[in-house]
Amino acid sequence: MPRPFDKLGIMWLTVLVLVCCLGLFAYIQQLRLGLCVTSLRDYASWGIYISNFVFFVAISLVGSLITAVLRLAGAHWCTPITRIAEIIAVSAISFAGLIIIVDMGRPERFYNLFIHGRLQSPIIWDVLVISTYLIISCLLLYLPLLPDLKILIARTKHDPEKRILHKMYCFMGSFWTGSPLQEKLVNRGINILCITIVPVAFSIHTVTSWLFATTYRAGWDSSNFGAYFISGAFLVGSGAVMVATYVFRHIYHLEDYITHVHFDKLGRIVVMLAGLYGYFNVNEYLVPAFKMKKPEEEFLLSLFVGDFSGIFWFAIITGMVIPIIILVTPWGRKPFPAFVAGVMVVVGAWIKRYLIVTPTLLSPFLPMHDVPESFKHYVPSWAEWSIAFGSLAGALLIITIFARLFPIIPIHETIHEAHEKNTEHH
Amino acid sequence: MSENSTSRKQFLAALVTAGLAVTGCSTKKENPFEGVSGEGGPTGKKVKLLSVDGEIVEMDSSCLKPVPDIPPVSNDRERVGIDGKKFVMVIDLARCKAVKNCQKMCNAAHQMHSGQNWIHVYPMKESENGAPFWQPTNCMHCDAPPCVKVCPVDATFKREDGIVLIDNTRCVGCRFCMAACPYSARIFNWNKPEITEEEACKPYSCESSTPQRLGTVGKCDFCPDMYRQNKLPHCVTGCPNGVYFFGDLNEDSVTNGAESFRFSDLIKDKAGYRLMEELGTKPSVYYLPPVNRNFPFEKGLPTSEKS
Ligand code: SF4
Repeated sequence: MPRPFDKLGIMWLTVLVLVCCLGLFAYIQQLRLGLCVTSLRDYASWGIYISNFVFFVAISLVGSLITAVLRLAGAHWCTPITRIAEIIAVSAISFAGLIIIVDMGRPERFYNLFIHGRLQSPIIWDVLVISTYLIISCLLLYLPLLPDLKILIARTKHDPEKRILHKMYCFMGSFWTGSPLQEKLVNRGINILCITIVPVAFSIHTVTSWLFATTYRAGWDSSNFGAYFISGAFLVGSGAVMVATYVFRHIYHLEDYITHVHFDKLGRIVVMLAGLYGYFNVNEYLVPAFKMKKPEEEFLLSLFVGDFSGIFWFAIITGMVIPIIILVTPWGRKPFPAFVAGVMVVVGAWIKRYLIVTPTLLSPFLPMHDVPESFKHYVPSWAEWSIAFGSLAGALLIITIFARLFPIIPIHETIHEAHEKNTEHH
Repeated sequence: MSENSTSRKQFLAALVTAGLAVTGCSTKKENPFEGVSGEGGPTGKKVKLLSVDGEIVEMDSSCLKPVPDIPPVSNDRERVGIDGKKFVMVIDLARCKAVKNCQKMCNAAHQMHSGQNWIHVYPMKESENGAPFWQPTNCMHCDAPPCVKVCPVDATFKREDGIVLIDNTRCVGCRFCMAACPYSARIFNWNKPEITEEEACKPYSCESSTPQRLGTVGKCDFCPDMYRQNKLPHCVTGCPNGVYFFGDLNEDSVTNGAESFRFSDLIKDKAGYRLMEELGTKPSVYYLPPVNRNFPFEKGLPTSEKS
């Protein structure tokens, strides 16, 4: 049940709002002066904005994994965490869209994408699938919310303090009576959405990987990229759900609903996905490294032993190796260690996205020449950091506010399923 | 007057290059230039002009008004290109000693930011034991341009005359084309362009790529604006060593201003090649190999690096 923020909650909220404001301030600065407030230059023309975008798209894929794939597979244990997954998906994909606009040199010309859009450009594909995914995700968040809204409406009815909330709940769901017909329609709708979201989810991240793979550049010119991105996305998404589940369980005291079983199962999933992602990484790096073609050589060496080696190995070890080690043991799948492993997965994944974007751009085919020294390196500027963190804080803010207004686990479905289980037992 | 003996063709060419435009053009009316004569009244100096009907008419020179710019070509026509042309460039690596005057002229003509260039002059070496040489590189104006494929809004486009241009009034600044270009030919206007208010107010032309605009991408445009004025691109005229040859594939001729060659002969005789042929981009810029070089490589090094 949603409840007002306590002291900790208020503090958390303030921090998020402050970081968001900082990001907004940096963006206004960028609008005034142009992209020169970033450290992006002609060689490193994409930086942490784009890696942040890829990260958001990746993490949003989890909505489809937990809600759709597992639901279709009949894994009922995941019901209490579907809403967590879905709100992560919605907030992440919204910010993915925003970040793309932030990265544009002329954001005010965004409408050109619609009046002059050309279907052959992967950017247009991305715009199309991301907006579709956003709509489906919102629906998948909203439809299962309907029965819960009825409960909320009843609860807030006689509470004068919650008049505004009551009005909002009524606006969103007063038409819901819970009649068998409505139930049937909604269930049918959810099923259809679950099926459609799977190909759309695969497309958003495949297309995002094609933004890179459709170019000639060393490190991007790979036929492996779609699968590589999707496996990575499922991994970071599950990691994020594990973290969020732990936090919500702790704060809202949901120990009765979210049990060790959930962490155990999520942990197993993360191990499997980390293994899968590791497998694709081996393919991505080892095969080219075996051949060491000239254009790839500089790029790979910069990752393995050069400028980026520190964060590269950090991302591999923190993002995959250690989480696997933690989570293969039954002890590691207890809530707290699982939470730690989840954090590592998410942090590692964020860095990994950066490593996918920037080192490639700093290893062009023709040597970097005839440019100022600063063009040959890339260290994100304060404005980029502020905007990147601002967007991350913004996504967390949406999740936080959502949890304040709506029940974070689907009450109706969870009760319903618990009920079914009980009757089965008897 | 010598003008009287000028042939019609030369006369027309002279008219165009002088940047003059006739303010009215019909011989049917009694005096078509009544009321349009410039300040100061008739000068008594007669000028011969070709009317739209193909007749030669004689005018008082005060009837002619110089126009500051060649009348602008509309955006639609700029997107189609110059009829019947297929522009090519040949860069003779044997002649280059990194004077970089090409770069200087190009930068001045295209309002470049300090530090950014459309033309890069790379010190290259094919293999460890190979000889070093200088390689100027600009936009390759590929016939299968990767940048055009990825542009989401058709701000980068391929024209019928082979030129790849950018429309800075449409570019959204996504920089996908920069990532797609294997030749690193593209630069971005990260800062406000360093131009005067007056320059910034001039009408934009894709063919001259000016005035530059904040937040949009830029690159070598093969100077079709110069071609329309019967001139060669800035780099070609700027190079003291005649490295750059510019011309038309349909006419099979290229020139660096001083010398002209048959394009096909030049490529055949000197074994011309294109950069990164294996990528399938089909560039319009050809290179002549750096054999029998006119200058030792060291000549091109900045004084501080010369040993
Ligand atoms: S930066 Fe401009 S020209 Fe380049 S792809 Fe984007 S919109 Fe097209």
